[in-house]
Amino acid sequence: MSTSAATTAPPAAATAQETSATVEFRQVRRAFGAAVALDGLDLAVRPGELLALLGPSGCGKTTALRMLAGFETPDFGDVMVDGEDVTAVPAHRRDAGMVFQSYSLFPHLSAADNVAFGLRMRKIGVAERRARAAELLELVGLPQHGDRYPHQLSGGQQQRIALARALALRPRVLLLDEPLSALDAKVRLTLREEIRRLQRELAITTLFVTHDQEEALSMADRVAVMHAGRLEQCAEPAELYAHPATAFVAEFVGTMNRIPGRTGDDGSVVEVLGRRLPVDGPQAAPHREVEVLVRPEAVELLADEEGKARVTGTMFLGALTRITVRLADGTVVKADMTTHAAATFPAGAAVTVGLPDHPVLIDERRA
Amino acid sequence: MAGLTSLRNDTSLWRGGRKPRLRAGRGTILVVSAAYFAVPLIASVVYTVDDPVKGFTLSAYTEILSADGFLSALLLSLELATATIAVMLLLLVPAAIAVRLGGPRLRAVVEVVCSLPLVVPAIALAAGLTTVLKWGPEYLARTPFYQTIVALQNPNFPIVLTLAYVVMALPLAYRALDAGLRTLDVATLMEAAQNNGAGLIRAVTSVILPNLRAALLNATFLTLALVLGEFTVASILGFQPFAVWIVNGSNGAQGSVTIAVSVLSLLLTWGLLLMLSTGGGRRPTHEPRPTSGPHNEKEGTT
Ligand SMILES: Nc1ncnc2c1ncn2[C@@H]1O[C@H](COP(=O)(O)OP(=O)(O)O)[C@@H](O)[C@H]1O
Ligand SMILES: [Mg+2]
Repeated sequence: MSTSAATTAPPAAATAQETSATVEFRQVRRAFGAAVALDGLDLAVRPGELLALLGPSGCGKTTALRMLAGFETPDFGDVMVDGEDVTAVPAHRRDAGMVFQSYSLFPHLSAADNVAFGLRMRKIGVAERRARAAELLELVGLPQHGDRYPHQLSGGQQQRIALARALALRPRVLLLDEPLSALDAKVRLTLREEIRRLQRELAITTLFVTHDQEEALSMADRVAVMHAGRLEQCAEPAELYAHPATAFVAEFVGTMNRIPGRTGDDGSVVEVLGRRLPVDGPQAAPHREVEVLVRPEAVELLADEEGKARVTGTMFLGALTRITVRLADGTVVKADMTTHAAATFPAGAAVTVGLPDHPVLIDERRA
Repeated sequence: MAGLTSLRNDTSLWRGGRKPRLRAGRGTILVVSAAYFAVPLIASVVYTVDDPVKGFTLSAYTEILSADGFLSALLLSLELATATIAVMLLLLVPAAIAVRLGGPRLRAVVEVVCSLPLVVPAIALAAGLTTVLKWGPEYLARTPFYQTIVALQNPNFPIVLTLAYVVMALPLAYRALDAGLRTLDVATLMEAAQNNGAGLIRAVTSVILPNLRAALLNATFLTLALVLGEFTVASILGFQPFAVWIVNGSNGAQGSVTIAVSVLSLLLTWGLLLMLSTGGGRRPTHEPRPTSGPHNEKEGTT
């Protein structure tokens, strides 16, 4: 469990967490004709945690989520909730509330009736239904909007109502399939925080699908990076960023420079920019042309009349400025530094590029 | 009502500048098209109530009621319309929804099949049916199907006409229904309903159908109008629903009675359509009122 989540969670969460569900995918495989959506997915979600499923479009995130909701069945493997295989349970008995990527409110029902729909299906009485709907509308911050119809609500409001509807039956698992992707940037940010707050309050085990790495890193307790139907790495955001397990993760999460290098006499060191650095993670054969992966904030620039690299551009990012440098061999390297320090590197300036003494990830050379 | 009010609001916004000319243009179009419909109608009505000798009289209309076969013909038409609409919706609604969920390739097939009747003239359909109905008894005389063939043609309720009308109304009804389904994300709504604990059937009945109300109503309208006015097939097959009776049955009567029947059938159709549209045509946009009371109370208590 992420420590940050544990410390900031309200006290109620600690007790609720014991009743939260675990979710596990075991060797799940699913193919649509020739397209393999899930290729042996292994993933365990801890009780009460918000796990982000992150990956490029088409990597199988939605398929995984729909499997948990009961809209897809695995060709192979098990989907477990609280240690029980749920693949045989039909969708309407799954106990998993889902918020869809597209607007999915029932157009003929008011917001309150949308929220209460599940309760109506469960034959709960009118009075209790109304009370619960009001409570949920309050929870998502729209207590005044119960009478509105979906077409009278903004996109953000619709997704809030959808969230309230998904929570109405007190599901054991909350499934969010890119719920913010259709919204504009500002709404997205506030809703992000709100979903997180709600999720912590209810301590509900949550899977959050997104292709936006910033969204995943900022919201989740842990992030599972998927690639071509498989899990690449599942770790806390900081860990994922600092120690990506594979080159794919390294490049997908944050920005990564690829600087040409060459492995040394054994595969455990690499020569790059005139230095020898230990190799982190998977190694390559000795004396191979490789590429070294370095974050922009790790790159050091030195103003140097003799330097063979040239500053080709700067991009103001607020407190930081990203400087683009072209090395003598044509490689483009990005370096982040405080905007104050960046003032000494005007475009065209000659510089030397340096790297810190840390172990580095390497990848096969491309192109 | 709400439609009228909003229209009035619209026009008030248009006042000023060059807008009056626009309104005048609209007025002209309205008058011309109204005249196009109203003049023949008014002429017919006047003809039926104005006797050259006695002056104003409603005798043409009272005579209809006592005319031979009027009531049975009318009832038969209404029964046929009801049966056709029922069979049509029962066939088409599940098919249209299934096709939406089942994939785009199937949808193209269904669309073509549902459009086929458009290119088959009613006269060809009638000719085909006549052949089958003649051929059938001979070959099926010794089988249980003989009774089926007989029942199909029962003059009190010719099932064969219902079948023919279902086919003939298919293109209209399908289009109306498809237009309604097009405005919905059927797959997502179904999944959302199931996710909220509704089984497959309940998802359809409590989410999809209510949102298709306008489309279902349209399909019903078109089918009703088609059945009430259909002459060719019924006449050739030798049955006597309303449209056929107007032409054949009232032949013996004087001219004004025949016209009176036409006027009456027009009013009848309009009346039925109006009944249908007021009975089930309210849109969700007009509905917030009835539910607002209880929800407001609730806000007060929380
Ligand atoms: N119902 C389906 N029919 C055919 N192919 C599908 C279906 N659902 C998903 N796929 C395929 O499976 C792969 C993964 O899809 P998806 O899970 O939606 O990815 P993501 O949500 O990560 O973008 C894609 O290649 C997609 O084309
Ligand atoms: Mg997706």
